[in-house]
Amino acid sequence: MFEYAPAPESRSVVDIKPSYGLFVDGKFVDPTDGGSFKSINPASEEVLAEIAEAGSEDVDRAVRAAREAYERVWGPMPGRDRAKYLFRIARIIQERSRELAVLESLDNGKPIKESRDVDVPLVAAHFFYYAGWADKLEHAGFGANPRPLGVAAQVIPWNFPLLMLAWKIAPALAAGNTVVLKPAETTPLTALLFAEICQQADLPAGVVNIVTGAGETGRALVEHPGVDKVAFTGSTEVGKAIARSVAGTRKKLTLELGGKAANIVFDDAPIDQAVEGIVNGIFFNQGHVCCAGSRLLVQENVADRVLESLKRRMAQLRVGDPLDKNTDIGAINSSAQLARIRELSEAGAAEGAERWSPPCELPDRGFWFAPTIFTGVTQAHRIAREEIFGPVLSVLTFRTPAEAVEKANNTPYGLSAGIWTDKGSRILWMADRLRAGVVWANTFNKFDPTSPFGGYKESGYGREGGRHGLEAYLNV
Amino acid sequence: MSERVAVRKTYKLFIGGKFPRSESGRSYLVQDSNVSLASRKDARDAVLAARAAVKGWAGATAYNRGQILYRVAEMLEGRRDQFVALGASAAEVDAAIDRWVWYAGWSDKLAQVYGGANPVAGPYFNLSAPEPTGVVAVVAPESPALLGLVSVIAPAVVTGNTVVVAASPSAPLAAVTLAEVLATSDLPGGVVNILTGRLSETVPTLAAHMDVNAIDLTGVADADLAAELEVKAAENLKRVLRPAPADNDWYADPGITRMTTLLETKTVWHPKGV
Repeated sequence: MFEYAPAPESRSVVDIKPSYGLFVDGKFVDPTDGGSFKSINPASEEVLAEIAEAGSEDVDRAVRAAREAYERVWGPMPGRDRAKYLFRIARIIQERSRELAVLESLDNGKPIKESRDVDVPLVAAHFFYYAGWADKLEHAGFGANPRPLGVAAQVIPWNFPLLMLAWKIAPALAAGNTVVLKPAETTPLTALLFAEICQQADLPAGVVNIVTGAGETGRALVEHPGVDKVAFTGSTEVGKAIARSVAGTRKKLTLELGGKAANIVFDDAPIDQAVEGIVNGIFFNQGHVCCAGSRLLVQENVADRVLESLKRRMAQLRVGDPLDKNTDIGAINSSAQLARIRELSEAGAAEGAERWSPPCELPDRGFWFAPTIFTGVTQAHRIAREEIFGPVLSVLTFRTPAEAVEKANNTPYGLSAGIWTDKGSRILWMADRLRAGVVWANTFNKFDPTSPFGGYKESGYGREGGRHGLEAYLNV
Repeated sequence: MSERVAVRKTYKLFIGGKFPRSESGRSYLVQDSNVSLASRKDARDAVLAARAAVKGWAGATAYNRGQILYRVAEMLEGRRDQFVALGASAAEVDAAIDRWVWYAGWSDKLAQVYGGANPVAGPYFNLSAPEPTGVVAVVAPESPALLGLVSVIAPAVVTGNTVVVAASPSAPLAAVTLAEVLATSDLPGGVVNILTGRLSETVPTLAAHMDVNAIDLTGVADADLAAELEVKAAENLKRVLRPAPADNDWYADPGITRMTTLLETKTVWHPKGV
C-alpha cells in the first residue's frame, strides 16, 4: 500500500456555534418545554455543539407557524415566485458548498470526498430540479389543478443528513406545502446551517421549520393533528410504527425504509469493474446506506476469482480521518450504531460464516469498524436477513439466473438491487424479475434528482426524486 | 299442465377460477337467497389462489390484459338483464360495462403516462416503469353493488395485480353474478377472487395477511374499523387506499390514482459507453 501524507481539509471554513436553538417561524428560538443534547464528532468524540431538544409544545409551535405560513404566504404565492426562492436556496448551497461539506463530515463522520463530491452537489441539484417544477405542476401529469397538501412533517436519518433534507424539503416546497423537519439527533448541524441559508434567501418565515431532538420529538411531530403529510426516512421498524400512528387520519404518508440489497455478479461480468461496484455498493458511506449492496450474490464458477480480487481491493481502502481527502471509509456515526454492527458481525461468526477484514489500523478515539466480508453465508443467517447498516458484506453464491432471482427476492425488503453481466438481454430479464425499486445494472449507488428512488414491500412506499417525487406532496 | 318449476341458482364463492362453497359450510339469507358465508379460512385460501395467479397475470402482456378486460365488458353487455333483475338500474349497468372498456384501454398506456426516461446528469440510461404491487385485498363499496364493485376490481387488475374482494354484504348477488361473467371472459383463475359474507370475518384476516401487498378500504364505511384495518395493514407495510367518501360519485371519471396506488415504480440504471 502506498504511503500517503496526511491531506486534511481545513475546518476553519465552518463556524460552529456553542449552542443552537430551534428554527421556528424564521427565527432561532429556545425550547419552551424541552432540554438539550450534544452533537459530537464521531471520529473524535469531541463535542461539537449543544442542541435544543424540542418538546411537544415546541413542535406545536412549529406546526402552527408552518400552518400560518401555508395559509397566508406560501400557499397563495404564485409558483414562479416559489421557484425563485428555491433557485436562490440552490445557489446559496453551491456558494457555501465547502462549508456544508466540512460540517457534514464533522458531524456525520463520512469522508470529505463523499460529502464534497456526492452529498452537497446532489443537494444543490435537488433544489434546482424541484425549483423548476414549482410553476409547472399542472404539466406534471397529476391533473389540471394539482393542489398542495398543507403542512408536511418530515423526519430524516443520520446517514445523508443534508441530502435527505433536500429530498424532503425541495419537492414539498415546490408543490406549495410548508414543512416542519426533524433531523436525526446525531447529525443536526447541517440542517441548522440550512436554516441560516433559508434566512439568507429571505424565505418567508414559517415555510421551513427545523425542530431538533430524538425519537420523542419525531413522534410528537408525526402524531400532531395539525399536519397533513408525513414523510419519513429511517428504519422499517419505526416506519411501521408511523404507519400505525397515521391510520384513520387524513395524513398522506410516504416511507423510505431499510434494505438488504442483492448485488448479483454473473460469470461473464468484467471482474475488475464488478469489484469496484461491490466495494462502492457496500463501503460507500461506511455502509450506512439503505440501498447498500449488502448481499453479494456471485455465480459459483467465478466466486473464488471475485473474492480474491475483492480482498485485494479491500486491502487498499483507507480508513480514518473523515476530513482527510484520501480517506475512503470514515467513522461509524455513533456508538449505538457501532454496537449494532458489532453485534450482528459477532452473530455472523457465531452462526458459522467466515469473517475476513484486511489488516487495518483504526484510530484510538471515535467509532470505527474495519471493512468486513463474510463468506459461507446461508440465507438463514442473520447477516443475510437483517440490515446491518455498516461496512459488512455477506457473500452467497448461485448457479443459475433463476436461482439468483429467487435468492435476491428472498427478503421482506425491496429497495435496490445490482446486476453485473455483459449480456444485455439477461440484464433486462433480471431487472423485470427483481422486486426492488431501483435496479443498478453494471453500476451501483447512483443517484440523481430526476430519477425516482424508493422501495417495494417493507422498504416503504412512495418515491422521492423525479416527477414521481411530486406526487407525495400533492393532493392527487 | 302444471307451471314449470324454476331451476334456482346456488350463490357460492369465487376462488381460483372455481365456485366453491364456504369451507365452513355456512350461508346467510340475503336478497332472498342463501349466499355463502365466507370464513377466515376462505379468505386465506383466496389469498393463496391470488398469489398463485400473480406470476402469469403480471407477466402477461399489457395487450393481452387489455383484450381480456374488454372481453369482460362484452360478456357483461350480454348479461345486462340479469343485473337489472338483481336490482341494478340500466344506467348503472351501462356505466359498469363502460368502465371495463375504459380500464381495458389503460393496460398498455399507463406505463407511458406514469413512467418514462429520466434525464440524469451523467452517461446513464435511466428508465422508470410501473409494475403491479402483487396481491390486493379489496373491500367493495356497499352500493352501487355492481358499478362500485367493477370500479374497484378493474383498476387493480388492469395493471397486473390479482385481487381478493370482499363483496357488499347486503347486496352480494351482483358480485357472484359478476364472477360468472369473469369466469367466461378468459380471465385466468385466481386473478379475481370474491368472498361473500360479513366484512368483520374476512377483512381483518386480509388486512393482517403477510402475503397481501395492498389493501383497498373503499367500502369500509365505519371509520373505526377502517383505522383498525389500516393498523393491521402496517405490519407488512401494505399499500393502502383509504375509504371513499360517503357521497362518492361512482359515475364520475375515476382518474388514475386507484391504479397508481397499487403500482410500484422500478427505476433501472445502466451506463452508456463503447
